[in-house]
Amino acid sequence: MPAAPGDPPPLLALEDIVKDYPSGAGSFRALHGVGMTVRPGEFLAIMGPSGSGKSTLMNIIGALDTPTAGRFRFDGEDISALSEPALARLRNRAIGFVFQQFNLLPRLTARANVALPLVYAGVPARERLARADALLARVGLADRTGSRPAQLSGGQQQRVAIARALAVGPRLLLADEPTGALDTRTGAEILGLFKALNREAGVTVILVTHDPGVAAATDRVIRIQDGRILHDGPPTPDALAGGAGHHYAAVAP
Amino acid sequence: MNAPLPRPEAPPTGGAGMVPLLGPMLAEAVGALSANRLRSALTMLGMVIGVAAVILMLAIGNGVQNQVSRSISALGSNLLIVNSGAARTGGGFSQGAGSRPTLTLDDAEAIARLPDVVAAAPTSGFTAQVVAGPTNWLTQVTTTTPAWFTVQNWYPEEGRAFSAMEERQAARVAVIGQTVARELYGASDPLGERIRVRGVSFTIVGVLPERGQGIGGVDRDDVVVLPLTASLRLVQGGGAFRRFVRSITVAATTPDAMADVEQAIADLLRRRHGLSPREEDDFSITNLTAVGETFQETTGAISLLLGAIGGISLVVGGIGIMNIMLVSVTERTREIGIRMALGAPRAAIRLQFLLEALMLSITGCALGVLVGTGLAVVASEFLPFPTVISPASVVAAFAISAAIGIFFGWYPATRAAKLSPIEALRS
Ligand SMILES: Nc1ncnc2c1ncn2[C@@H]1O[C@H](COP(=O)(O)OP(=O)(O)OP(=O)(O)O)[C@@H](O)[C@H]1O
Ligand SMILES: [Mg+2]
Repeated sequence: MPAAPGDPPPLLALEDIVKDYPSGAGSFRALHGVGMTVRPGEFLAIMGPSGSGKSTLMNIIGALDTPTAGRFRFDGEDISALSEPALARLRNRAIGFVFQQFNLLPRLTARANVALPLVYAGVPARERLARADALLARVGLADRTGSRPAQLSGGQQQRVAIARALAVGPRLLLADEPTGALDTRTGAEILGLFKALNREAGVTVILVTHDPGVAAATDRVIRIQDGRILHDGPPTPDALAGGAGHHYAAVAP
Repeated sequence: MNAPLPRPEAPPTGGAGMVPLLGPMLAEAVGALSANRLRSALTMLGMVIGVAAVILMLAIGNGVQNQVSRSISALGSNLLIVNSGAARTGGGFSQGAGSRPTLTLDDAEAIARLPDVVAAAPTSGFTAQVVAGPTNWLTQVTTTTPAWFTVQNWYPEEGRAFSAMEERQAARVAVIGQTVARELYGASDPLGERIRVRGVSFTIVGVLPERGQGIGGVDRDDVVVLPLTASLRLVQGGGAFRRFVRSITVAATTPDAMADVEQAIADLLRRRHGLSPREEDDFSITNLTAVGETFQETTGAISLLLGAIGGISLVVGGIGIMNIMLVSVTERTREIGIRMALGAPRAAIRLQFLLEALMLSITGCALGVLVGTGLAVVASEFLPFPTVISPASVVAAFAISAAIGIFFGWYPATRAAKLSPIEALRS
């Protein structure tokens, strides 16, 4: 999408991102030159069949993994030029990651889980706990701050994970199938939370989903297949149904 | 939905490094280790045994050291004892018992005139039942000249020592030690009282101050000191005047002069006894400092054994810590991935695992110090001297344990820190 004049500068700029995984003797190309631009405040969904490279892309955007080739700029800064501490700092301060499998630390209470990124941010203990409690209250878990993950339902755990992703006040919230492990009703609640965060706090949200209903709630849908972007645009019924783009049409029944 | 949360106050960047992480990571280390209590306890066992052995070893070593230096300083670190009779092979502390006395009072006087000699006290001794009124007591009788008090650096605290005049005139006076005073006179003042030794009566003119145990636990306060002449005539010889003595105790001016004085005495006595170069010495010279050192070496061997056990246990304990930390890193790969995803730099991951290793070694050390102290207290009951736990040894134990924790924790911690975030998350 060409940036219109007066648009805010992009938060994310991906150019020709290639990702190869070692596979057997050779390598497997999971991303074939993906390019995209995300402006601050966007709410977008990444869709695509299983194995199409969605998680691979998300991990690169989240600075958890590095692309084999291509350029990735976060807020104008070339990520590949960053040192390890600077990368960690970026993950810590600028990006919140929500996983399908929650990824809470089982030994820690909900409060301690939410406060953990603040530990690495060097925030003093008192402020850590105050923020953790405030965030848990915001995701509707004010009364479960002392519970451990095993004592919480899946939806509650995912809400703790969202609170944790928000702890440092990130500019970008990434969620890889955040509702994948939840029932429809709980999924809808979580989605509502993302939406509210995007609308009210201006957090840029990128979420991976298989659910057209979830994607319909976003402003923009990127559809990936076999490591290539097939569609990038508003969540039209066509895009949600996977009917957009001639490539996809060719393989659709 | 509430109002959006502001970004948290940005903490000062740079400089502080890992310091702000220390507190929370320490708390996490406690949590991680107490989540696996049995495993942590078993891991610490090696450290506990090692530190306990080292503490016990040092306590015994210190005890020996104290005992020896106390004995030597009480005896005088500048003392040489010349005994009648040839040196007995195997060394030891023989007073030349059984051998014919070859030393004379004149020898003692000649030695006293040697350079660097403060005094020389000709001394004989025997064990006797001493009697005071209805009470009697088996004690060690020492017969000597007033030089003995100088040589021993031990002067009566009540009354006085006998004088050279009294010694020459064979005055029947006696100086007694604290044990004899207590056994014969209890709480009452022994000064001026009469004491009978082998049927001869002596007047007590002085009481020596307490001196405590000597090497090997001898009670050195269990002593009666008599003028040599009086006892030569009246106690031993029954009238026959014999100028032979069993030994001569010599005080040198300084410990440094000991070797020269020892040589000078040997030369002097060989000359005085008319020994040809081919004849053996008919006397032997004992250097008390050397005896103390020998004693120290013997107990040093025990200490060394304990030290070796301690050292090996510490290394084994360290390897145990490394092993369990490697297991822990493997088990917690996903946790490490999550932490990295949340923004933990590699240095923070390393710090976390290093702190856990340190916590194991330091806690093990603390328990080891407790166990070692307990054993040292028990050992005091069985050893002829009290063990001494020095604060320095405790400090050293903690320092060594910390070093072990860091040394053996470094590799697992580095391994954890080297994980790639995405690989770790996938595990
Ligand atoms: N660590 C890896 N090593 C080798 N191949 C991998 C690795 N991770 C992913 N792949 C491959 O890369 C491709 C894209 O994987 P990815 O996880 O990004 O898919 P996805 O779109 O997230 O799928 P899903 O919807 O099932 O989560 C897949 O074919 C997968 O087999
Ligand atoms: Mg995926």
